[in-house]
Amino acid sequence: MGKKLLVAGNEALGEAAILAGAKCYFGYPITPQNEFTAYMASKLPEAGGIFLQTESELAAINMVLGASAVGVRSLTSSSSPGVSLKQEGISYMAGDEIPGVVVNVQRGGPGLGNIAPSQADYFQATKGGGHGDYRNIVLAPHTVQECVDLMILAFDLADKWRMVSLILADGVMGQMMEPVEYPEKVDIKQYPKDYILDGAKGRKARIIRSLYLVDGVLEELNNRLQAKYAKVKEEEQRSESDGVDGAELVLVACGMCARACRDAMRSLNKQGRKVGLFRPITLWPFPEKVLGAISEKTKKFLVVEMNAGQMVEDVKLNTTHDSDVHFYGRMGGGIPTPPEIVEKANEILNK
Amino acid sequence: MTTGTKEEIVFKRPEALNEVVSHYCPGCGHGIIHRIVAEVIDELGIREKTVSVAPVGCSVLLYNYIDCDSVEAAHGRAPAVATGIKRARPDLICFTYQGDGDLAAIGTNEIIHAANRGENFTTIFVNNAIYGMTGGQMAPTTLVGQRSETTPRGRSVANEGYPIKVCELLNTLEAPVFIERTSVHDVKNVRKTKKAILKAFQNQIDGKGFSLVEVLSMCPTNWRVDPETGCKFVSEKMVPVFPLGNLRDK
Repeated sequence: MGKKLLVAGNEALGEAAILAGAKCYFGYPITPQNEFTAYMASKLPEAGGIFLQTESELAAINMVLGASAVGVRSLTSSSSPGVSLKQEGISYMAGDEIPGVVVNVQRGGPGLGNIAPSQADYFQATKGGGHGDYRNIVLAPHTVQECVDLMILAFDLADKWRMVSLILADGVMGQMMEPVEYPEKVDIKQYPKDYILDGAKGRKARIIRSLYLVDGVLEELNNRLQAKYAKVKEEEQRSESDGVDGAELVLVACGMCARACRDAMRSLNKQGRKVGLFRPITLWPFPEKVLGAISEKTKKFLVVEMNAGQMVEDVKLNTTHDSDVHFYGRMGGGIPTPPEIVEKANEILNK
Repeated sequence: MTTGTKEEIVFKRPEALNEVVSHYCPGCGHGIIHRIVAEVIDELGIREKTVSVAPVGCSVLLYNYIDCDSVEAAHGRAPAVATGIKRARPDLICFTYQGDGDLAAIGTNEIIHAANRGENFTTIFVNNAIYGMTGGQMAPTTLVGQRSETTPRGRSVANEGYPIKVCELLNTLEAPVFIERTSVHDVKNVRKTKKAILKAFQNQIDGKGFSLVEVLSMCPTNWRVDPETGCKFVSEKMVPVFPLGNLRDK
């Protein structure tokens, strides 16, 4: 590891992408992720890559599709309204089975919303977002260091599974400054590139497509995709558990909310309450194995989100049927504070 | 009895054109334009480094015919996909093949900006003044008064505006190096189309930048006419609105 630097999340994401071997960045300005785009504009050409400010989000994601189709690591970034526009391209990339990295530094919605932090795109990110049956690998950083680590992981997983990796950060994560250590060199794993378009020299022409009109062929593709997603679900679940052994109540949160929950947990522990924290790192695949095991022992859960209750549905689905799952959330730029979480937790524990 | 006359092949299928049954309707111009593209690829010897970008519309199955690597684009996004390809791998040859709905309606933004950046790829724009695959709806290039499924009383200026002249629109931009409108309604114009498409690919090989050839083409099925009348429709109705010729050759 190199020396410690104090950087903002947006910048950390950019530097990590370059370290991960990204050669093309295509993006359109939107707050609160503009620092990321500016960083790529400044640094990616110096690293021998291509930076292009696009005419739209649609163009950006389709340029990523083009670059990925010819086997070059590429990415785009945006914030909520812009990511809605990218859904078309993401669905095509899923059907095409080509990799790519998309960053969503979420802001408040619906509509134009505001530029304050939010986690309201959880459903969009984890349940599909665009049309058709498909999944993205979704990673949720909660520190600036994790922005670095997960960006590097995102590229690796995208190539490994030929899927879109989506980094679902919130506005706080993009803007917040923390010390980070960048790896001096990233060991970029090579996966088979027998699908890329590099000219049909001495081989049959390759076609990257998602249109299958012949009866049954599209069903075959979908079956193959679902089998792949089942394997990803089996192999790629990631989470962090803190103080869950013997806990009466486990807080469940990701991103910014996990930080507030950790503070709340410490306060509650000081009050003598046995409270733990479960933090999904992969939002898809949801870390159901570890959460399921926790729910064998702990029965009370409090899910904290910056939305109206989205991840809470996955928590309910993946805890034992006798689990008592509660929710506390704020919307439209509101951030749950540690005292609010402590109060809600005590309410549940005192029942 | 042998006369000793040597057989000479004077006409054959281009190498880059697959030997498959065409899905296009009788009298459709796509077959002619596909063949021209394949001939050009052969003549320039670029098949093994060419990537085509297929559109949405009748010619989405382009890759069934042209024997080179290919990727499908979402409706209208072919110029963005081609931009990604060429920025990532400038050594490859890339062309988009787009219809009027794809390029001049849903993909107007992408084509204008790719052309304006002078992206080094080639666009073949097939204008037959109608949506083919979806069954004959109005295109942005549908003529005033022309009937379609969605303009049953004819395209009205008051309701739908005027046909979009793509070449003239793009000719207002600084960056494009080659813009030409041709037609495939008769042999003379087929030959001119080939010359233009050859130039449009050669420009890319030479690294000059963005080239577009708009080809006026026939869609007798959705115009509800026979193939012969289809050719006449191009020469008599379309050409006066979309004048043939070169607009830019830098």
